[in-house]
Amino acid sequence: MASPATSLPAIPEVPRELERQPLVLNQRSLGWLSDHITAVIEGKTPKWWWATFLVSLSLLGIGTWCVAYLISTGVGVWGLMIPVGWAWDITNFVFWIGIGHAGTLISAILFLLRQKWRTSINRAAEAMTIFAVMCAGIFPLIHVGRVWLAWWLLPLPNANSIWPQFRSPLLWDVFAVSTYFTVSLLFWYMGLIPDLATMRDRAKTKIRKILYGLGALGWIGSNRHWSNYEKAYLLLAGLSTPLVLSVHSIVSFDFAVSQVPGWHTTIFPPYFVAGAIFSGFGMVLSLLVPLRTLCRLEDVITTRHVELMCKVVLATGSMVGYAYGMEFFIAWYSGNPYELYAFKNRAFGPYYWAYWTMVTCNVISPQFFWFKKIRRNMVLVFILSIFVNIGMWFERFVIIVTSLHRDYMPANWAYFRPTWVDIWTFVGTFGLFMTLFMLFMRFLPMIAIAEVKGVTPHADPHHPLGGAKEGGHH
Amino acid sequence: MSAPTKKYGLLAEFETPAAIMEAARRVRDAGYRCWDVYTPFPVHGMDEAMGLKNSKVGWFTFICGSAGFCLGMLMIWWMNAYDYAIVVGGKPLFSPIFAFPVSYECTILLGAFGSLFGMLILNRLPRLYHPLFKSQRFAKVTHDRFFIAIEAIDPKFDDADTRTLLESAGGKHIEEVRD
Repeated sequence: MASPATSLPAIPEVPRELERQPLVLNQRSLGWLSDHITAVIEGKTPKWWWATFLVSLSLLGIGTWCVAYLISTGVGVWGLMIPVGWAWDITNFVFWIGIGHAGTLISAILFLLRQKWRTSINRAAEAMTIFAVMCAGIFPLIHVGRVWLAWWLLPLPNANSIWPQFRSPLLWDVFAVSTYFTVSLLFWYMGLIPDLATMRDRAKTKIRKILYGLGALGWIGSNRHWSNYEKAYLLLAGLSTPLVLSVHSIVSFDFAVSQVPGWHTTIFPPYFVAGAIFSGFGMVLSLLVPLRTLCRLEDVITTRHVELMCKVVLATGSMVGYAYGMEFFIAWYSGNPYELYAFKNRAFGPYYWAYWTMVTCNVISPQFFWFKKIRRNMVLVFILSIFVNIGMWFERFVIIVTSLHRDYMPANWAYFRPTWVDIWTFVGTFGLFMTLFMLFMRFLPMIAIAEVKGVTPHADPHHPLGGAKEGGHH
Repeated sequence: MSAPTKKYGLLAEFETPAAIMEAARRVRDAGYRCWDVYTPFPVHGMDEAMGLKNSKVGWFTFICGSAGFCLGMLMIWWMNAYDYAIVVGGKPLFSPIFAFPVSYECTILLGAFGSLFGMLILNRLPRLYHPLFKSQRFAKVTHDRFFIAIEAIDPKFDDADTRTLLESAGGKHIEEVRD
């Protein structure tokens, strides 16, 4: 369906210093965009796809087996004990929820801020959000022990006629996370509708035509439809923005509303939100830096996109570093000996290695992104993004385990060690995440085709590439 | 076995957003009502060129969101203070403060459903069949082509005049679409 190469109309000269880098390189045409983005779906399945998919699927199998073992045996198969009653389960939960936040930041907040570069990465980031929240949801569900009673968390009538207890932040979390998942899914699906219509109109086989056609709901690109669609998109972005800020705030209330030294701090909500965006961008970079090369989409996800994401990582990483420092300052300034002990114990107690791993990964590694050379070096960006992921997992581990392992009574003090079930359940969720992500990129357009078309000069009626006559008509 | 078909209208193709924008202004000024522009992406300024009013989706969002907030508050009061009142941790049976986070999430949840379904209701979607699907060229509307269709039910529709208008506005491959 590629249009024949025609000579491009002349574009008036812009002074070099005023020139903006284009969002799509090489003046790619509208048709080129749909051809090349859908090529990932319509082309032959590459070997690297099968390799990644099969490894992910195996890890998912191991994780499923671990969860089955946990449910059939009991939470004793994990390393949990008194006083460390929360450890890897809640660490993993907060880690995965945090990953999701970058997707919503890109799809909603950057949309409201009119950051047009978001269009190249928002679809994949939103998919990442949905899959990460699915991984996150598993942990609170299985850590309750009697999983078959987990539905008591929902406001449903049960045989005891007792309702959930809405004074607890743990219940707020149930509502925050389930709303977050649902709204992210709605937003993602709405964005997909025009692209599913593109897939339907390109389909060569009957089955594709039917399946993509059902998903597209009969979308025909009518401007009367676009008018309502764009308004709904704006409203969903406006609703998702306070939502994403509230979700990690409420997750932080799980800790901050308690009385445990090291948890009971007012800095938690903003600090958790900044950390979540930081970790999420780390994951977006880990996924998209290799994918843009493997799928030959460097003209759409350009070096500039990667650079801008690195800058977000740098900004949020610095906020997280500031929060670490401020926590220590307040622990000293509060004059509360328990609080001060909890923080001294974090940095210099038996879990010092976890604390300093966290500081190295989260405070030091993003600082490399001050340098343009590093931001433009894809291998280094990828390595640093992995460090961010590791660091943010350790942050949650440090907050949870170091605050709990030395209780008020020294006789209760203990040292938490994970069992193999702890470890493989966590690895298993990576299997679930990557399995879903691989299926997504193979069957759905991983870049929002219609949105990227909309930000090219070809889409601008006042630009020569969009057909405007010299001088324009107004 | 061809069933008797009814005329749907005239379809014209355009190659650039500037061309279709200009054509849309011409069709609007000619006084047509039952017509539409079809584009692969939302063209900035097209609502004004077509003479469309502001979308009404916001009402769905507002009403559903407000309902979500009220239902959330009501649910918490009813469950924790009325139907099965238990004092927990010496806290009041009901207070809008602790009920706020959950009611806030309910506002967003119902508001989001209102936005998506409001959009679908206003657009009369899903509609899996459309007469325009019969046009071979129209499949490119989700690729890189722009179309205007003027429906035969429009009071101003006239085979020759409408065709001339679309032609003079720069439309190519003008074809009659039958339902």
